[in-house]
Amino acid sequence: MASLDIQGVQKSFGATRVLHGIDLAIADGEMIVVVGASGCGKSTLLRIVAGLETPSAGKVLIEGRDVTPLEPADRDIAMVFQTYALYPHMSVFDNMAYGLKIRGLPKAEIAARVQEAADLLSIGQLLQRKPRQLSGGQRQRVAMGRAIVRHPKLFLFDEPLSNLDAKLRVQMRAEIRRLQKRLKVTSLFVTHDQVEAMTLGDRLVVMHEGRAAQVGTPMEVWSRPADTYVASFIGSPAMNLLPATLAEGGAAARLAGGALWRFADGPRAGGEGMAVTLGIRPEHMLPDGAEGLALSVELAEPMGSETVLHGILPDGTALTARVPGVLAAERVTLAPDLAALHVFDAASGRRIDPA
Amino acid sequence: MRKKVIFRGVALPYLLLAPQLVITAIFFFWPAGMAIWQSTLRQDAFGLRTEFVALENFLDLFSDPLYLNAAWNTVLFSSAVAALALGAALFLAVQADKHIRGAGLYKTMLIWPYAVAPALAAVLWLFIFHPSIGLVGRGFAAIGIDWDYRLNGGQAMTMVIVAAAWKQVSYNFIFFLAGLQSIPTSVLEAAAIDGARPMRRFWTVVFPLLSPTAFFLLVVNLVYAFFDTFGIIHALTRGGPGNATETLIYKVYVDGVQNLNLGSSAAQSVILMVIVIALTAVQFRFIERRVHY
Repeated sequence: MASLDIQGVQKSFGATRVLHGIDLAIADGEMIVVVGASGCGKSTLLRIVAGLETPSAGKVLIEGRDVTPLEPADRDIAMVFQTYALYPHMSVFDNMAYGLKIRGLPKAEIAARVQEAADLLSIGQLLQRKPRQLSGGQRQRVAMGRAIVRHPKLFLFDEPLSNLDAKLRVQMRAEIRRLQKRLKVTSLFVTHDQVEAMTLGDRLVVMHEGRAAQVGTPMEVWSRPADTYVASFIGSPAMNLLPATLAEGGAAARLAGGALWRFADGPRAGGEGMAVTLGIRPEHMLPDGAEGLALSVELAEPMGSETVLHGILPDGTALTARVPGVLAAERVTLAPDLAALHVFDAASGRRIDPA
Repeated sequence: MRKKVIFRGVALPYLLLAPQLVITAIFFFWPAGMAIWQSTLRQDAFGLRTEFVALENFLDLFSDPLYLNAAWNTVLFSSAVAALALGAALFLAVQADKHIRGAGLYKTMLIWPYAVAPALAAVLWLFIFHPSIGLVGRGFAAIGIDWDYRLNGGQAMTMVIVAAAWKQVSYNFIFFLAGLQSIPTSVLEAAAIDGARPMRRFWTVVFPLLSPTAFFLLVVNLVYAFFDTFGIIHALTRGGPGNATETLIYKVYVDGVQNLNLGSSAAQSVILMVIVIALTAVQFRFIERRVHY
């Protein structure tokens, strides 16, 4: 258990820059999820923390100690890999005991620690098996067990759930969170799945093209996305982004189709006619009989309790809406919940808050 | 899933198998049968009379000090060749597996010796180790080592071992390299995070995962040292000095072709045949069991 500080970490592979300076301070016992599309540099960041890659610039501090020049072995960390990376020639017991044997612990203590971790993960009956005799979920548990027995300062998770089927993934997700809370080990969890990110992390780091686009609690990131990338990445179905221009001295915005949306939370700075992007989540587009946007529905996806509508507005902009109940119609009129409207600068993509 | 094709009748399957069966029969079973038959016969010195002696040729061999000497030479030679060729190849493969500049060139160069014919390889080593014209031979003389493999049996044995092992390193290298590359990087990274230093990683993770490959190569190398090194020995030492480098396969040639003692030579080939069958059987049995995945 320890704090982790990442200070100005940069990484280039040849001429390609994959990390443009990441700063992150993680408190003792915190679980941070790094989320982003593939190729955003999130795995590279994790591997730098693990010591499997060397940063081109910047420092990594564990418990305040600079570990940047240290080998992975000297950092006292444990990692769970996407492919589990179990030692194929060793039994489950030996897989979990490997790191302890290297540290020269007495046999009795090794056995006790492995047994404790195995009980925690309910894999006690598998200890004599070889990895090839285990299912995906069991292998995942062994990989977790191998990390737990070491009592490391830091847990690193590299997309550990992406090789599991959907049902098992949900189950293991909850289990990882429970374990982490119980063991109170500082953790860094990398994933491309925004649902995992929302449910697992104390805080999220949304990465985009080698930069941390936003760092915050899941609800902060969801309710106040810092830019259009974060806005469209977090939340499912993705937030609608509609082109518009500021009107009425910044108190409202006019959509490309002519509709005028008044900001509920106050006027934005910026001149009349400044190009902005309005963000509205699909669940905040509500069916409205009278005034609103007429959506011609191209596809309706019934989910049971709600229906996801994909369609286009009269001006040709695509729009997704999530409406309660079952709705099958060619045309619906939708009005935005203006309190849930997000405003972004069209040029930079940055969020614009009320002045 | 294997696709099974069911033929109607028996003519077509037999016809399709015929070429392979004919080749096997003519080049393997017939000579092997002849060897077994001949190993029970004895001819007089002029080849005028042949008599059936049952197992007497074999019994004579086991009490022949020259044969026992050749057997001992073979054990020494084969184990040294296998150890040297496997060890060197493993070392080179581990080096080549690292991300180094010019790895491609390095790998290609290491594969070349395999393309050199045994006799040529032998001549090459001859030029290196010859006491009066060889670079290394003269070097030895310069630093005061009394080097002449034409007189010293131990030196002759060392030289044929080195030459024979050198030929086999390439083959082992390719298999070891492929084996190393099939070990997932993440497993090695997991071991590094678990605290294992490179040497420990090698002996506790890499080597056990390579052991099926190593075992397969051990058998291949032993078979090679037993049977395919005739050319090297013939070109380098002709079994000499004395009988210092005479192995079982070389003695088959000496007794059969030079001394024209066909019965004894045939009995020796039968013994070699039994050895190779045993080695192959061991290999098939163990290779199934010792695979980890």
